[in-house]
Amino acid sequence: MEASLALDVPDEELVHRAQRGELAAFEALLNRYQDRVYSLAYRILEHPEDAEDATQQTFLSVLENLDTFRGDSSFKTWLFRIATHAAFAVLRRRRGLSTTSLEALLDGGEDEETPLPLPTFIADWRENPERLLERAETRRLIEGALQELPEKYRLVFLLRDVEGLSTRETAHLLGITEANVKVRLLRARLMLREKLTRLFGDEGRVVMARSKDEM
Amino acid sequence: MKCEELLEALNAYVDGELEALFPADFCQEFQRHLEGCQPCRVVVDTLRFTVALYRNQEPYPLPPAFQERLRQILRQRWEMRGQG
Repeated sequence: MEASLALDVPDEELVHRAQRGELAAFEALLNRYQDRVYSLAYRILEHPEDAEDATQQTFLSVLENLDTFRGDSSFKTWLFRIATHAAFAVLRRRRGLSTTSLEALLDGGEDEETPLPLPTFIADWRENPERLLERAETRRLIEGALQELPEKYRLVFLLRDVEGLSTRETAHLLGITEANVKVRLLRARLMLREKLTRLFGDEGRVVMARSKDEM
Repeated sequence: MKCEELLEALNAYVDGELEALFPADFCQEFQRHLEGCQPCRVVVDTLRFTVALYRNQEPYPLPPAFQERLRQILRQRWEMRGQG
């Protein structure tokens, strides 16, 4: 019965059933989203036990607040909002910060005013994204490139491009302006493009290769 | 238009929002620059690839031991909630 619940029924119906006391419906939601929540927490926190901690807090909080969910946003957005807050709470605790503003822990120093970095390595890639995602070794390189991004860019990229939240939701969650979100997303994408092109660029199809010193 | 100016509108273009966010004459200049500038075309293509890679990443699976523990904890809490 749980398997059929997990596959066919829309989120909103499962939420409704769980609100009326059906444990199987709640567990179907858990099965559907536990990996996504864990992954988001893992990518924010970069530590498996911290990610477990945040995942557990997330679903406890979902359970506690289930009756207050009215469908003003989708369940997924609501869930990710809770998950992001839970991950940030772990981050704050880890760093001994009590501040509620996340901005304080997103490496200070605004660079929105400085010019965008010009791409320095421009080449077509040897393989397309589908092929690159087929192999564990390239998946690790892709994940590693994301982990190397400075935190304030990584968080915006994670919420916008990996989890698909809107600019407004991301701004709200991080306590920054929508303009900040847009600039950080562009910088994050450009930095990742640069890193990935150095990994996956076709040596025979380099259009431009500048060293950073020439910039 | 210079390559630097194209860069400013790159996300809007890649996300299919250029026309919605920029005036028509800017969009025309953007297109004209792109047609004549191979490096910018490759940057656009590889930026699209970059975004696609992460949008299509499989999530990390929950460690099995933790999955079991989580389920237990939530069941306990579910029952307490029913009594409360």
